[in-house]
Amino acid sequence: MSILVLAENDNATCKPATANAVTAALAMGADVHVLVAGQACRPAAEAAAKIAGVAKVLLADDAAYAHRLTENLAALVVKLAPGYSHLVAAATSCGKSVMPRAAALLDVAQVSDISAVEGPDTFVRSVYAGNALATVQATDKIKVVTVRVAAFEAAGEGGSAPIEVTAGAGDTGLSSFVGQALSRSERPELTSARIVVSGGRGMQSGDNFPLLEKIADKLGGAVGASRAAVDAGFVPNEYQVGQTGKIVAPDLYIAVGISGAIQHLAGMKDSKVIVAINKDEEAPIFQVADYGLVADLFQAVPELDAELAKRS
Amino acid sequence: MKILVAVKRVVDANVKVRVKADGSGVETANVKMAMNPFCEIAVEEAIRLREAGKATEVIAVSCGPAACQETIRTALAMGADRGIHVQTDADLQPLAVAKLLRAVVAKEQPPLVIVGKQAVDDDCNQTGQMLAALLGWAQATFASKIVPGDGTIEVTREVDAGLETVRIKMPAVITTDLRLNEPRYASLPNIMKAKKKPIEALTPEQLGVDPAPRLKTIKIVEPPKRKTGVLVKSVAELVDKLRNEAKVI
Repeated sequence: MSILVLAENDNATCKPATANAVTAALAMGADVHVLVAGQACRPAAEAAAKIAGVAKVLLADDAAYAHRLTENLAALVVKLAPGYSHLVAAATSCGKSVMPRAAALLDVAQVSDISAVEGPDTFVRSVYAGNALATVQATDKIKVVTVRVAAFEAAGEGGSAPIEVTAGAGDTGLSSFVGQALSRSERPELTSARIVVSGGRGMQSGDNFPLLEKIADKLGGAVGASRAAVDAGFVPNEYQVGQTGKIVAPDLYIAVGISGAIQHLAGMKDSKVIVAINKDEEAPIFQVADYGLVADLFQAVPELDAELAKRS
Repeated sequence: MKILVAVKRVVDANVKVRVKADGSGVETANVKMAMNPFCEIAVEEAIRLREAGKATEVIAVSCGPAACQETIRTALAMGADRGIHVQTDADLQPLAVAKLLRAVVAKEQPPLVIVGKQAVDDDCNQTGQMLAALLGWAQATFASKIVPGDGTIEVTREVDAGLETVRIKMPAVITTDLRLNEPRYASLPNIMKAKKKPIEALTPEQLGVDPAPRLKTIKIVEPPKRKTGVLVKSVAELVDKLRNEAKVI
């Protein structure tokens, strides 16, 4: 039996998270098919076909999938399910919405946000804000799984999988797309960035985030934030790193003015190197930091900017 | 219209749990419990819709052991009108909870169910989506704004790249995200009043639901500890360490 991976796509492109999900799927065994659902989404399907290890791409091109409405996508996944042992998606806002719905329609459990594959039916996932790691075994016939993007390397390029057109499952008529307001940024996506610079309540205002943006741009990184900074309205929610925001594991995570609440640590403590800049030396963030600097961020960050400019 | 909200009793979000030495789970004895934060947001939103005249009654449901009644009382103290407690000591997983809620929905016939997007104990983020699937209803996850219309609801959703707005047909299930509202604190008079509000007791058997878990937990362990870091004295030292020791920039 094969494994079906639901691609994260926007019709024109196949999002990087798909390649991470493919890596997880390949670890589960069998050959991996990728489903690209959208409207006029052949370019995304062609990109998916290049992901190394993919055996086949299924292309569902239908107006019902133009905006990847959850109800329609779940119906499509369920229609295709009988040929598969596993249904897999990245744990993105799309994957998290579609896969539990598909699982319930199939009357099977879903395993959320896995960080390791121990066997075809056995997975590791974090619970209690990452303070515990659970190894769980799915007992249902079809395993429905979402994958923590930051926990798996992206599969490389170099594949040339055939693209097979598949019929859609129709429009459920339950929901319709009204509009979207997406952040436009030239910076890398938070979940796949090699370096992340995040600000917390200590930033005092959204007006001070350009300080971090300058650092991020010098390092080719993304900008993130703690929940406290999002709650305070400094930056939009899509910046949020934490248990209930985005989970990241970059090579370098720089936490600025972040105290280190449990729920924030859950989103970044698997980063390879963690730097904390905070004026409160008792802040819990220092307990997970590899390098801590007890300093006023409004002095330290401009200094850091200047220091990085010197030799880069 | 009636609004059904589901509320979960969880280890308080500020408590750092300890993993049991035998790997069977986490220590929950003598640990502070609370309503899951996203469920509080769900209760608050339902009450606000009632206060705005868009809803007539708010029913708070919780599934689990006897102590879940405290969580229902909290919802009642916030302003929910009545409670339903599906009592069971079974290890409830999201699919089972969704089935229990579907049975409660069949009894109560609410056109709208609001639940939290995720419980901070199992971090599953599944129950609302599963409930919508079982009912064949529309769903809108991660809501940051809810605007009821005529037979439809416009929901603004927090998605990875920003915000998305969808119009869903009623009946529907909505799951809450952080910025939907700031839940109120229950006042003392309301806490007292809540004691008199009714809580109906049900069992999975009465609802015809088999709550048996579908996922087997093999073990639960502590995550690997990070090695102790160092404090640097200056920005120059920090940059030097990052360049020459960690080699990450």
